[in-house]
Amino acid sequence: MNRFFDIPSDLQHDWLGLIGLHLREALLPVLAGLLLALPLAQLCVRLRWLYPPVLWVTTVLYAIPSLAFFVVLIDYTGQTELTVMIPLTIYTLVVLVPAIVDGVRSVPQETLAAATAMGFGPVRRYVQVQLPIAVPAIIAGLRVATVSSISLVSVGMLIGNQGALGNLLHDAQIYNRPELAWNSVLTSAALAVLADALLVVVRVLLTPWMPSGRSAGRSRGTGVRPETAVPALEDAAR
Amino acid sequence: MIRIDSVTKRYPDGTVAVDRLSLDIPDRSITVLVGPSGCGKTTTLRMINRMVEPSVGAILIDGVDSRQQSVNTLRRGMGYVIQNAGLFQHRTIVDNIATVPRMLGWSKDKARARARELMERVGLDASFAKRYPYQLSGGQQQRVGVARALAADPPVLLMDEPFSAVDPVVRKGLQDELLRIQAELGKTIVFVTHDIDEAVKLGTMVAVLRTGGRLAQFAPPAELLSDPADAFVEDFLGADRGIRRLSFFSSAGLDLLTAPVVAIDATAEQIAARGTTEAPYALVTGLDGRPLGWSEPDRLTAGQIDVGRLLPCGRPFVAGQDSLRAALDCAVLSPTGWAVAVDDEGRAAGVVSQASIAEAIRGAHAEGREEPRSTGAGVQKVIR
Repeated sequence: MNRFFDIPSDLQHDWLGLIGLHLREALLPVLAGLLLALPLAQLCVRLRWLYPPVLWVTTVLYAIPSLAFFVVLIDYTGQTELTVMIPLTIYTLVVLVPAIVDGVRSVPQETLAAATAMGFGPVRRYVQVQLPIAVPAIIAGLRVATVSSISLVSVGMLIGNQGALGNLLHDAQIYNRPELAWNSVLTSAALAVLADALLVVVRVLLTPWMPSGRSAGRSRGTGVRPETAVPALEDAAR
Repeated sequence: MIRIDSVTKRYPDGTVAVDRLSLDIPDRSITVLVGPSGCGKTTTLRMINRMVEPSVGAILIDGVDSRQQSVNTLRRGMGYVIQNAGLFQHRTIVDNIATVPRMLGWSKDKARARARELMERVGLDASFAKRYPYQLSGGQQQRVGVARALAADPPVLLMDEPFSAVDPVVRKGLQDELLRIQAELGKTIVFVTHDIDEAVKLGTMVAVLRTGGRLAQFAPPAELLSDPADAFVEDFLGADRGIRRLSFFSSAGLDLLTAPVVAIDATAEQIAARGTTEAPYALVTGLDGRPLGWSEPDRLTAGQIDVGRLLPCGRPFVAGQDSLRAALDCAVLSPTGWAVAVDDEGRAAGVVSQASIAEAIRGAHAEGREEPRSTGAGVQKVIR
């Protein structure tokens, strides 16, 4: 136990440093994914025919192993954090796009008609009505994307020192120190649980208008489709 | 005045929702568009605020084509109430109501003050102000919907089946409330419903539309009931339009008999003095003059009237204020076949038989003596 936090020097970080790196590599892609998914989802809501092909593309991209991305990206971005974060960003879309589309679509027809009839233009209606009402569904998507991203960062060890806590798994093997593997797994899990709890708190603060006792994903009508969440969690292992 | 001028709405797939419809919607009154589903009533309503654009024809507001002004300006000048209220679930009640004033650039304080004033007008307790829509019942949400539509004091109110999704008791309350508010504010209201009873109750004018979006009849409700234009309208009005039409005849002309009315403390002389009447029963009233029940005349003994053994007299009608329909209803429900009339304070004013009500109905039909239904508070008193 005394060697639990004794991080080998080849990782160039102490334990807290690894946590910081891990969070950066995991959360920046979620943020970038959200910024990409918002306009993409809005396009899918406006142009209904676009949604199935977009969903298909995000699913196919999700099916590409990160190693394949690294092989292509490494020529352009080298052995950097960016090479890890680009595929992670792309992976979040498979959860976030449907979450936002379903959230925005779950706004009742009467509410939309009332907004239009009161003289809301399309932009004002999106920002002041559709997006706020979609917040519970969006955060439900963010929770899945965040947890999945935190576990996926570890693959960064494939291109050297970019796996953050994941590199402890590699070091556990080469130095024959199993406690480092335990450290990696337990710390990642704790980070995931904390990040998830934080998002729940954010959701509660942002939506005082929601009946308590109803979970975010199932707010009025559809939330996140469960079938997108399940593969995301299963694939978190790769 | 809103003039719908030979308007047609044809969708790209060829379906015609509204077919050469022309209507003059009078100011400061309730015009109801009624018809079966697929008759284009909602489409017509939505063409007034340009949520749907007509394919052919124009809609003139005070003589000006509605396309002359920007669509959002037009809409902010027309309140809109929709089925299920369509409230913004993420905003408090007071902010829901303040939506349009805020868009028109009012300060937050002024808009909220206005919202609270409207909550009172539509009968919502001030304690609801900070709540969210999910905390309100359907009927309360619809009151918020009406308040929200009235917030910027628009001259026109468009109502799209606003009360269809609430239960009948709540619906009746909302209808009465609307008539009360209308008597105070005198808006130009266009009201869409599929419920002919609602149309007859609320409408100053009723437009019956038939499937395919053509106008079947445009008339005041009493005329609709007495002279349906064709078999479709007659069928749509239902089997009991004769009974419903009685709503438009006042009970003022009924001959009320007072001889059968006996006070519970009547002396033997008073009982004897009332002589013989054509009524087979006597109506016993309490010390306050309110009807207690019917008694067989030979059971009437001064000082020994047993209230527990009286036949129930049922619900009375208010003489002169209620309609012949209410009077007939009381007579039909009464165990003696006689209706009890009361005055404003609920004191017995007399009794009247089914036969004499039937005679009054014949008389009223012969004269065509219908209550004029202009705007104003008198309307809801006649209709029950």
